[in-house]
Amino acid sequence: MSTIQPRVGEPVSDELALVQAAKGGDVGAFEELVRRYDRNVFRIAQHITQNREDAEDVVQDAFLKAYGNLQQFQGQSKFYTWLVRIAVNEALMKLRRRRPERTVSLDEDVKTEDDSLPREVADWSPNPEQQYSQAELRDILTRTIQGLPPSFRTVFVLRDVEGLSTEETADALDLSIPAVKSRLLRARLQLRERLSRYFRKRESGDAKQ
Amino acid sequence: MKCSEFLQELTNYLDGAIDARTKAELEDHLAWCHNCYVVCDTTKKTIEIYRDSQLYELPDDLRTRLRSAIISKCQSRKKTGPERV
Repeated sequence: MSTIQPRVGEPVSDELALVQAAKGGDVGAFEELVRRYDRNVFRIAQHITQNREDAEDVVQDAFLKAYGNLQQFQGQSKFYTWLVRIAVNEALMKLRRRRPERTVSLDEDVKTEDDSLPREVADWSPNPEQQYSQAELRDILTRTIQGLPPSFRTVFVLRDVEGLSTEETADALDLSIPAVKSRLLRARLQLRERLSRYFRKRESGDAKQ
Repeated sequence: MKCSEFLQELTNYLDGAIDARTKAELEDHLAWCHNCYVVCDTTKKTIEIYRDSQLYELPDDLRTRLRSAIISKCQSRKKTGPERV
């Protein structure tokens, strides 16, 4: 079985030059950085907050905060990893404001290991996503990932949707590498378990759920 | 290798972050354990479906609006000097 191929990102060779120019007051250079990463920040923010308006606010707040703090960016990590760290913090703050009754923390280690043990081991149809319309599939995927605890959801989105490495994810979330790996495994297994209800091979005559 | 041991290594296996010897042990387990094979295969599909799903794409009109708002605030800050946080 082959391994997962990461998303190929844009080249970042000129990124440091853009950051340096932006530090020196070149707003056009900063605009290029916004153009490069606004889609990613929006996606991450909406995955975490699960709210469109909050995600829009996070995009603005994260880039403005990055701009205001550019002098503190030392270039030890990639600019994108630094930006993601800011965006995740902004998104978690939004989530906490909306759900004050629940503690939202990346440190939470939800339940025991048992919650991720596979129970559903039926194989899936060859092209499971083609059993559904685009809108149905989007709804299934959205509802399924929303069911994960924020700490798992965030790690999954950074690693598997955005293609950050384990080290970059740990850096962006201020978690240890074992903590990232543990949350990623559990997030992947829980999503798989839930998607199996929709994508498992059906016996002939089975009605679509 | 037990199934629980296989599961512990699943993420490293899918990410290709294991040495050749562990990989061979995992693949030996996969060759006879159908349940683990299915879990591994469907986990891989889960990742691929989400990665390719294009959930929460930023629409062009909203993108333009957000970028204009960000840049105009950056420009007005530039006039008033850098922020001290």
